[in-house]
Amino acid sequence: MTVRFIAPLAVLALLAACSSPKKADEAPAEPVAKSESESAVAQPDASDAAVSAGMVGDASNNPVGLPSELVNRLVIYFPFDSDAISSTDVDLLAQHARFLNGKSGVSLRLEGHTDERGTREYNIGLGERRAQAVRRALALQGVAESRLTTVSYGEERPAMGGEGEEAFAKNRRVELVYGVN
Amino acid sequence: MIDLLRRLGVKGWWIAMLVLASTSTPAQLKIDITSGVTDPIPIAVLPFDADPRPSADVVAADLTRSGRFSAGAANRSDYLVTGRHAVTVDGRHQIDYELTNLLTGQKLLRERMVASPSAWRNAAHRIADKIYERIVGARSAFATRIAYVSVDGRPPAQRYQLIVADADGENSRVILESKQPLMSPAWSPDGEWLAYVSFETRSAAIYVQRVRTAERRRVSGRAGVNNAPAWSPDGKRLALTLSSPAGNLDVYVLEIEGGALTRVTEHPSIDTEPVWSGDGTRLYFTSDRGGGPQIYRTEPRSGATATRVSFSGNYNARPRLSPDGKQLAFITRDGGGYRVAVQDLGNGSVSVLSKGPQDESPGYSPDGGTLIYAARERGQGVLATVSADGLISQRLKADRGDVRDPAWGPFLP
Repeated sequence: MTVRFIAPLAVLALLAACSSPKKADEAPAEPVAKSESESAVAQPDASDAAVSAGMVGDASNNPVGLPSELVNRLVIYFPFDSDAISSTDVDLLAQHARFLNGKSGVSLRLEGHTDERGTREYNIGLGERRAQAVRRALALQGVAESRLTTVSYGEERPAMGGEGEEAFAKNRRVELVYGVN
Repeated sequence: MIDLLRRLGVKGWWIAMLVLASTSTPAQLKIDITSGVTDPIPIAVLPFDADPRPSADVVAADLTRSGRFSAGAANRSDYLVTGRHAVTVDGRHQIDYELTNLLTGQKLLRERMVASPSAWRNAAHRIADKIYERIVGARSAFATRIAYVSVDGRPPAQRYQLIVADADGENSRVILESKQPLMSPAWSPDGEWLAYVSFETRSAAIYVQRVRTAERRRVSGRAGVNNAPAWSPDGKRLALTLSSPAGNLDVYVLEIEGGALTRVTEHPSIDTEPVWSGDGTRLYFTSDRGGGPQIYRTEPRSGATATRVSFSGNYNARPRLSPDGKQLAFITRDGGGYRVAVQDLGNGSVSVLSKGPQDESPGYSPDGGTLIYAARERGQGVLATVSADGLISQRLKADRGDVRDPAWGPFLP
């Protein structure tokens, strides 16, 4: 299982980029200036460091202070071609919502994924649907929308390689990635 | 090297990118012809006189790879290619070649091809194109390029490279490298630029990058989904997919200069994977508004109606139009999994051209004779081609890692 806590600096950069969600009808972003480009290229390193830093149950790598019963439960799995959340996971998300509602200065990024079957770009749509299903479940539990961001990786970032149903099931998921504001 | 780049006027982070790109060796592709026509034309390509490079081998390999020819000895061939490859005092490569019909003795071609030192392969590909067209009577696309994504390492820690190579997989070079996913490369109509999706900032954005110089800019980095870029035939606009804050995907058209954005579809389903008709008046796209994904046609403006185009089966997605606009290639799901299918837009008939089980990202060669797509073979991501008539198929395998997301570039001037 992947458990990831984003390094605070990366979170700041991420939130700066995402804090004002644009409506699709607004004018698009101007071409990036050079200084912005520098940070865009440098950032993958920052986030990759965060990936390897995440250690289950290690307080020094748990900057958000996630309770121990949630540290290992940061992935929601889905059936094939579905964005339905199981009742067990609805309960799990309610626990995450309670944590978020009782803790300021913490944000949550919802990363939607699919298995490798089907076309890549359509799978981006299916991954987004899963991330949005989790977002709605948390919002129903009172989590402020401003604390939640979504990203869909479609089939581009599998948790597990291989082509069997075991790998497919592990890859149809939404990962909950906590960050410190 | 950095000093040299600075003197050439390359500044700032471009240097970092160029250095990064030049230090990593792309995975090498190897071609296997898995089936060809039953009766290929025998042709002999003799080594070129004074050849400083294996250019005659490149010509013979191109012709063989087409599946229409078999290269062999002159006494068993219908056609003969001879040549002389000279390097001029100013360093340019000059290939004089002849094509002879051995049955009639007639000289069919007698020409000179001149190229800069780094372009000798391209000169050989152009010679193969000339020979193919003279004998077969149709255009080939040996002197074109492909772009694709190479992925190395085990999940979840993978490394992604965007690679440009000659159509035979040779001459490959990395034009972008990231530890976050890269996907959906798309060539501009003039072959100068690639648009693609990069997650390098840990959110999705669409970039356009000049292939020769690595100059690039972000053209769409909105909150949510930025995906599936497709160039308009005039090269001035991109069709693309964006999402609303609630996560609804729709197709838009973006003016690359100036940034004006037009919303084309407006439907609570997934609308994505747009592609332009050759005259720029239509967009084909995937939508699951009818339940499963199907292909629809609309116009690149707001408020246009969408008409369903695909009808056979319950999964048809990621359309690409043939260069003559008469056929639509896409991925269809049937008993064998996900396969490349081609639909005749005149009479609606559908043929399945690949064997699955997990084929993706089909696209036409610029001559329309071949489709390239991604496949999985014994757990490895490979590129594959199949002739539009389904007779000739090939695999392009990397020596390591997965390759996928191919895009065949246009004819070059």
